[in-house]
Amino acid sequence: MQAAFFYLLATLAVAGGVMMVSVRNPLSGAFALILSLCSLAGLFAMLNAEFIFILQVLVYAGAIMVLIIFTIMLLNLRKEELQEAPVGWLRLLLTATLCAVGAFGAIQVFGTIEPNAATTPMEGFGNMEGVGRLMLSNWVYPFEVVSLILLVAVVGVVLLAKKVI
Amino acid sequence: MVDWIDFAIIGGKAVFIWGFALTLLPVLIWFERKGAAFIQDRAGPNRAAILGIRLAGFIHNIADVVKLLMKEMMIPPHVNRVFFMIAPVLGFTFILTAFAVIPWADTLNVGGREITMQVANLNSGVLFILAITSLNVYGIILAGWSSNNKFALLGGLRSTAQMISYEIPLGLALVGVFMVYGSAQLNEIVRGQGELLFGFLPKWGLFVQPLGALLFITAAFAETNRNPFDLPEGESEIVAGYHVEYSGMRFALFYMGEYVAIVLASAMITTLYFGGWQVPYFPTEKIIASADSWLKVMLGVGGVGALAFAALMLFWARRMKIGGGFGDLRDKEGIILGVAHIAIGGAMLFFFWKTLSMGPLPDWGARTVAVVAQITSFALKTIFWCWVFIWVRWSLPRFRYDQLMRLGWKQMIPLAFVNIFITGLVMLWMDR
Repeated sequence: MQAAFFYLLATLAVAGGVMMVSVRNPLSGAFALILSLCSLAGLFAMLNAEFIFILQVLVYAGAIMVLIIFTIMLLNLRKEELQEAPVGWLRLLLTATLCAVGAFGAIQVFGTIEPNAATTPMEGFGNMEGVGRLMLSNWVYPFEVVSLILLVAVVGVVLLAKKVI
Repeated sequence: MVDWIDFAIIGGKAVFIWGFALTLLPVLIWFERKGAAFIQDRAGPNRAAILGIRLAGFIHNIADVVKLLMKEMMIPPHVNRVFFMIAPVLGFTFILTAFAVIPWADTLNVGGREITMQVANLNSGVLFILAITSLNVYGIILAGWSSNNKFALLGGLRSTAQMISYEIPLGLALVGVFMVYGSAQLNEIVRGQGELLFGFLPKWGLFVQPLGALLFITAAFAETNRNPFDLPEGESEIVAGYHVEYSGMRFALFYMGEYVAIVLASAMITTLYFGGWQVPYFPTEKIIASADSWLKVMLGVGGVGALAFAALMLFWARRMKIGGGFGDLRDKEGIILGVAHIAIGGAMLFFFWKTLSMGPLPDWGARTVAVVAQITSFALKTIFWCWVFIWVRWSLPRFRYDQLMRLGWKQMIPLAFVNIFITGLVMLWMDR
C-alpha cells in the first residue's frame, strides 16, 4: 500500500516537472509545476512530516505559484509570441553536460543509501515542534540571515515600485 | 494489516462531516433568500410548491436543483476547454477537503477504542485548513483566465489579489491563538477553551483574543469572497466576474462552493474563537457524570418545543380558516406541519417518560449523550455564524478596490502584529 502511494506520487512529481519544461502554454507549465509541488508535499506526508507537508502546500503551491500565475495572467501572452526558440549546438551541448553531471552526482549519492535501511525518521521529524526547535537552536544564524535577505528584498521592491519616496 | 473497523470508523466520520456541510447548503440558500427579504421588508420567494406545500419558500431549492440539472452546460467556442472544465471541480473539491480537521465533539471512549471526533487529527490542523484554502483560489483563477473574457479575467485577478492579501492577517491572527492555547491542533485548542476565566467567563478565544477574533472574522469574510468583500463577483461592475461564462451544473458548483466556504469559515470561527464543541460551563466529564439528567432535559425540552411549534401552526391554520386566508392550499400548510410536529413532540415526550422509569445509563450511553450534546452545541454555533455571513451581506455596501487593499495591508496587518505583541506581553506578565 505504502509502496504504491510512493510510486504514484514520485511518478506524478517527475511527470509534473517534465511537463513544466516541455509544454508550450506558460499557464499549463505553471499548473504542471503545482502538480509536481503537491506530489512532493504528499511524499513529505508519507514520512509523517506533517508540518513540512503543510508548508510545502501553503508556501509553494498556495502562495508563490499564485504570484507566478498572477504574473502570467497579467502579461496575457498571445499565441504568436509563443514561438519555439531556435536550438543551437552550443546550447544543446551545455544542457547535455549539465544533465550528465547531475546524473553522475545523483548516482554517487543514491549509491551510498542502503536499500534496506530503516525508513522510520527520527523522533519529532517534520512536525511543528521539531522544525521550530531546530530552526531556533542549531540553525538560528542562517535563519536570521535569510530573514535579513527577505527584509532587503522587501525594501528593494518598495524602492523600485515607488517613483517618489 | 489495516484494521477494517478503524477504516469503517474513519469513513463514517468523513460521511458525517460532509453530510453536515452539504445538508446546510439548501438551508443556507433558503436563509439567504428569506433573510434578504426580511431585511429589505418584502415577502421573498414563496411560489414553488409540491402539492400545495411551500414550506415558506424552501421548495424553491428543489426547483433550483431541477432547473440547474436540466440546463445545458454551454462551453463557449472561445474558451480553453480543459481548464474551463477543471476549474469548478477544483474550487469545490479543495473546500470539502479542508473539513477533514474540524473537530465536532470530544474523544469518545467506547469498547476500548478511542474515537477522535475529527477525520484526521493533524498536529498542525489549523495550518492544514489554511494550506487547503490557499489552493482554493486556483479554481477562481482558472475560471477567470480560461473563460477568455475581459470581465472574467478581471474577476479572477481581483480575487487572486484579494485572497493573497487577506491570507496574511488571517494567518497572523491565528498566531495569537497558538500562543494562548500552546498548540496548533484544533482539538487541543477547543479543549483549552473549556476552562473558566476569572471563574465566570468561559475561556473562549473571543474573550482571550478580542482583537484577534475581529481580525480573523474580517479576513474570513474576505477569503470567502462575501460582501463587503465580494469584488471578484461585483455584478454591478464586472457582470458576475469569474463565472460569467458558466451555466448549468458547472455554475452550480461555484454557487455551492461559495456556501460550503461559508460553512467552513463558520466552523473555523466557532472552533477557534467560540469554544468549538464545548458546552459553556459544562466540560465533558461534567456532562458524563450527569448524563441522565442531560438526556431527560434534552428529550423534555425538545418534545415541549415541538409541541409548542405545533400549537403555533395549528393556531395559524385556524386563523387562516376564519379570516379567509390566501384562498389556496397554503391555508392547509399549518395543519400538516402541526400534525407532523405533534407526532415528533409526542415521540420525544414518550421517550422522556421512558427514561423516568429507567435506571442510570451505562457508561457508553453516558458518553454518547455527551457527544450528542457537544455536536448540538457545535452545530448551533456554526449555524449562527452562517447567519451572520448572510446578515452582513444584506447590511453592508461593497468596498471600493483601493479601500479593500488599504484595509488589508495598511490596517489589518499592523493590527495583527500589535495583537501578537500584546498577547506576548500579557502572557509574560501572567507568568511572573
